[in-house]
Amino acid sequence: MRVEAKLMLGLGLFFGLMCVVYWNWSLENAGGVMMFAGMLLGFLPGSYFYWWSRRMKARPEDDPYATQASGAGVVGSFPGTSIWPFTLGMGTFLVVLALVFGIWFLIPGLALVGWAAIGGTSEGRRGGPV
Amino acid sequence: MTDVLNPPIAAPSDDHDHEEHHGPTGILKWITTTDHKVIGLSYTVTSVLMLVIGGLFAEIIRFQLASPNGNLVSLAQYNELFTMHGSVMIYLFAGPFAFGGLANIIVPIQIGAPDMAFPRLNALSYWLYLTGAITMLAGFFTAGGAANFGWVAYAPLSNSINTPGAGADLWIGGLLLTGFSAIFTGVNLTATIFYLRAPGMTMFRMPIFTWNMLVTGILILLAFPVLTAGLVMLYCDRHFGTHIYSVTGGGVPVLWQHIFWFWGHPEVYILALPFFGMVTEIIPVFSRKPVFGYKGMIFATLSIAALSLGVWAHHMFTTGVVLLPFFSIMSLLIAVPTGIKIFNWIGTMWRGQIWFSTAMLMAIGFVVTFLIGGLTGIYLASPPLDFFTHDTYFVVAHFHSVVMALVLGGMAGLYYWGPKITGYLLNERYGKFQFWFLFIGTQVFTFPQYLLGLRGMPRRMAIYPHDPQWKMLNEWSTVGAILIGLSTLIFVANVAVSWKKYPAGDNPWDAHTLEWFTTSPPPHHNFYRLPQIRSERPTWDYNHPEHRSLGHGKYPGLGDPQPEEAKVI
Repeated sequence: MRVEAKLMLGLGLFFGLMCVVYWNWSLENAGGVMMFAGMLLGFLPGSYFYWWSRRMKARPEDDPYATQASGAGVVGSFPGTSIWPFTLGMGTFLVVLALVFGIWFLIPGLALVGWAAIGGTSEGRRGGPV
Repeated sequence: MTDVLNPPIAAPSDDHDHEEHHGPTGILKWITTTDHKVIGLSYTVTSVLMLVIGGLFAEIIRFQLASPNGNLVSLAQYNELFTMHGSVMIYLFAGPFAFGGLANIIVPIQIGAPDMAFPRLNALSYWLYLTGAITMLAGFFTAGGAANFGWVAYAPLSNSINTPGAGADLWIGGLLLTGFSAIFTGVNLTATIFYLRAPGMTMFRMPIFTWNMLVTGILILLAFPVLTAGLVMLYCDRHFGTHIYSVTGGGVPVLWQHIFWFWGHPEVYILALPFFGMVTEIIPVFSRKPVFGYKGMIFATLSIAALSLGVWAHHMFTTGVVLLPFFSIMSLLIAVPTGIKIFNWIGTMWRGQIWFSTAMLMAIGFVVTFLIGGLTGIYLASPPLDFFTHDTYFVVAHFHSVVMALVLGGMAGLYYWGPKITGYLLNERYGKFQFWFLFIGTQVFTFPQYLLGLRGMPRRMAIYPHDPQWKMLNEWSTVGAILIGLSTLIFVANVAVSWKKYPAGDNPWDAHTLEWFTTSPPPHHNFYRLPQIRSERPTWDYNHPEHRSLGHGKYPGLGDPQPEEAKVI
């Protein structure tokens, strides 16, 4: 966790520095704001990783002498198949087409998105077919 | 044909079949799958199809330009063609091929993970990418034709007065969909690499390809949301009467350029870093050496990525409203980490026992072509030279050297990892023919364009004045484009000829990293067993215990107990 934390914090620090230098030198706002947002993207996950890295013992993947047995156990739940990403994708497709061809595309589009949201969530709670 | 350099190894026995996942088959399997390997393969096939479509556009463009008053297409059609050529190649081929296709398949296997961290999100990424591609290309079937404002869609050319019609809106919609697809893939890659590594796979034991994909994932998260926001604002300008990019209502047209290039320049590295990673995997394996300067490579990648977000306005030098010294310094600085990479690749090959397989040839072709593109990029980073060459064919030649290098790198990746993904090798003889056509074609294609640019030929011109020099250079460039097109046909022929013909075995190249430890193609959750991981070359250490890696830093690999197998759950 410590390397991940350092990576993200370093990124935030770099963008913070660049933000100060660039904004003060160029007085141009768009780039300054975007660099400020880049700094936040480094600091938010970085400080979270850092907070945890000081409170937990090294995970097997952070331990250079770990054996494969130390990682034994359930890694996570990985759904084998699911129709909901396809449903959600097609719904989003129709919503985007509504931007171009006409507002009525929103009706089937949002219906599919809503259906996929409900279906995907309940599948997640069940654990899904694995 | 037995000219595969390694004798074919019998296919692995199927005694693991009872552990296989039993799910739907056929088209239902393709639609419902959440397996990163199937999704990655869908991505790869779709993006190679996009390469062919974009390549066809390029061939039409080059045939139009083969003579000064070409009349193959109309001027309006030419605008659509160069716009869609750029859009298809950048948005729909290069990125999705790398971070959606090969990375999706290879990264989880390289770090010993059973799947991507969010398998269903991964499937959603693919569906958004596919529908985005369909949306963007659907513009050709509308009354007004496809988008025709160039792949950069500069304001105010892209507003509803200068570019009315559904084609431009479909372009925006398609880009929104593929943009979200890229963001989800970035989230997935980062989370997978941070949380799903196998025991002992510390950050500084990850293969360079995985490192590069991690950095690419973070870059996607920094850059793509900016583009998506910019596109939403562009759509509002076109349809809801806002004036964000138009002077009349108090907006700032150059704001679009800032937003676009704040995404656009990191995008160059989002495209390039995966291919750097592929080449960094391939060169050590075929040089029979560990990679030279492992940590140097990683820090070079990190500094390229960090610097790439501070250079966007070098595309805007001629607007006259950007801070020239800042962007010039930052752009020139990128040459340092890129140079480190080039020297490390040469250092890896130096005194190695080089095996000139197709993958290795393509990788060397990548290094050479990328070096040409990179060096001409240094010229363009200098404002005085950029003022002279901006919007000429010099710029076109520069970035085509870069992206053709990526095509070479991508082909290297397909020849190298194809056997792992499909279980079958590609024909080496066809591969070498393909390499020489592609490599020579690329140079014949770009070199005349550099000269054309220096002689003042502007880009995006369908016809040009009768000038014997311009004409000859354009003809040569067209010859190069034909050679590149032929190389693609050779690749298709190769796939047809080698279809399920040369079984690859688990590790045909005697390679280093974890993906070569499992079967080809890998089982449903990738591994039946894993070796102990004590260096960045776990498979090599396992197969060659007498030549185990020395390791580096505080944790030397030497002296550790012999690698033991362990069952994974």
